[in-house]
Amino acid sequence: MKSSKKLGLPTVFAALMVFTAACGGETSSDKTEGKDNTKTEEKQELSGSLSISGSSAMQPLVAAAAEEFMAENPNVDVQVQAGGSGTGLSQVSEGSVQIGNSDVFAEEKEGIPADELVDHKVAVVGMTAAVNPKVGIKDIKKEDLIKVFTGKITNWKELGGADQKIVLVNRPDSSGTRAVFNKFALDGATPAEGITEDSSNTVKKIINETDGAIGYLAFSYFTDDTVTPLAIDGVEPTEENVQSGTFPVWAYEHSYTKGEADGLAKTFLDYMMSDDIQNNLLKEQGYLPVTKMEVERDAEGKQTDK
Amino acid sequence: MEKLAPAKDRLVKSKQNWVDGELRGKILVLLCAVIMITATISITIFLGTKGLQSFIKNGVSLIEFITSTKWNPTNQANPEYGVLPFIFGSFAVTFLAAIIAAPLGIGGAIFMTEIAPSWGRKILQPVIELLVGIPSVVYGFIGLTVLVPFIREHVGGLGFSLLSGMIVLSIMILPTITTIATDAISSLPKSLREGSYALGATRWQTIRKVLIPAALPSLLTAIVLGMARAFGEALAVQMVIGNVRNLPTSILDASATLTTIITLNMGHTTYGSVENNTLWSMGLILLVMSFAFILLIRYLSSRRKL
Repeated sequence: MKSSKKLGLPTVFAALMVFTAACGGETSSDKTEGKDNTKTEEKQELSGSLSISGSSAMQPLVAAAAEEFMAENPNVDVQVQAGGSGTGLSQVSEGSVQIGNSDVFAEEKEGIPADELVDHKVAVVGMTAAVNPKVGIKDIKKEDLIKVFTGKITNWKELGGADQKIVLVNRPDSSGTRAVFNKFALDGATPAEGITEDSSNTVKKIINETDGAIGYLAFSYFTDDTVTPLAIDGVEPTEENVQSGTFPVWAYEHSYTKGEADGLAKTFLDYMMSDDIQNNLLKEQGYLPVTKMEVERDAEGKQTDK
Repeated sequence: MEKLAPAKDRLVKSKQNWVDGELRGKILVLLCAVIMITATISITIFLGTKGLQSFIKNGVSLIEFITSTKWNPTNQANPEYGVLPFIFGSFAVTFLAAIIAAPLGIGGAIFMTEIAPSWGRKILQPVIELLVGIPSVVYGFIGLTVLVPFIREHVGGLGFSLLSGMIVLSIMILPTITTIATDAISSLPKSLREGSYALGATRWQTIRKVLIPAALPSLLTAIVLGMARAFGEALAVQMVIGNVRNLPTSILDASATLTTIITLNMGHTTYGSVENNTLWSMGLILLVMSFAFILLIRYLSSRRKL
């Protein structure tokens, strides 16, 4: 008893050393581990663990799906982390997670071996420009929207709104939401400088509190009238218009696997595509079912009918 | 009852124990030191190699990096990597915060040690300890909810500004400055005060002419330590400063700091991409600056006369 007590502290240190040493070799050892897990565990009774990381916007959706998945398969442990799309793509391509979530196509990110990754489009998110309600505008022409965001129009009265200075609320340069909005709403124009915030909730709060503010948000954030979503060229930002392809500003939510999905990862991705998830959970979380899209889009942004 | 062992045995045994305890203690403490030193050195090496990647591998010019004011890493055709506005922003909020917090902190310290050592200390000490305990995200959230709208309505501008960042940071570094200044002043020998009073000086004259000059190197150390903390703070500042990449022209302009740009973009970028590497380079600048702060502190401490 006494001797074990004496040993306590040194043991802790020894354990710490082993731990740090183990952490150092993370990248090499995890690679094989992850693959073995998924392969051996494809049996009748699903068990094992699945680690998912990536886009923080997708995290609530995937976590909710994972919860239901785990409720159906009690022996399965699914870990969903949010670290940003870049982190998700990096981690899945180096094999430290089995699924990497991203708001953007892997092809659009630099330094990712996109040909090694397999894309699973699990949801669609629609977004549009949102203004402070006092601005008094509900519809905007695309060319005017571009002028607003590039700083060529600086007061809302030029567009028939209130006499208020336009205040831009942007996302960080590397954000997926910003990339999508720039590409499809601004036709690739570079926005002028403005307040930059990462979180959609903060963006919404700022637009609501600041006179003349304009930013962009996913449809799921238009749950109350604190901000006004804008129709673009007369097309209302609705689910139907996105599905039919008439509203241009939308993006896929991607789940990437390294190579074809197998084992638990495949089962989980199939589960994400099931009608139950696509028609119920997605709607609850503010996403549009990818299965109902009448158009599709490739990594270059070309839109085609399905 | 335990049988008494012969004196010879006991002495030999206790000597054995002494050696055991001594050696074990020595190894334990040495181990602590080694772990700390290794951690610091490896972080420095890691950050150094990562931070230099963008200059060596991606060919970003170091001169452009620290002198250009144009930051546009996502522009495919002509990416620009100038972080001067962020370096400026970091220094601006740090110095502005120190200008507010230093007099307040030192004033509080004088109050606690000289004016009301009994009840003043009893009240102020817990208050300051409480300030240390508040997490930075809470400071940021209060700043975003209270300070930003207040400045927008009563001072001007958007509310997201250097001013907001400066106020939030000054409150955050206040405890650091106050605590160290209090220790510095209370550790001054009593003979200094008594000598001064004996010469007929009033209390204020004693404080101003004797105590403050005598404690000055330590007081400066307190300020520099506070500034080092302000320089590295990310979360609270990010929430109130607006994160605009232009050089601010007034204290009411939104701005950005090195830390806020890193936290905003880190998750979105992929490992090994230029964007990600430039973020590491910004981290390296932060590290270099913190070394500079430490050198300054060491220089100041070496000047201490008492």
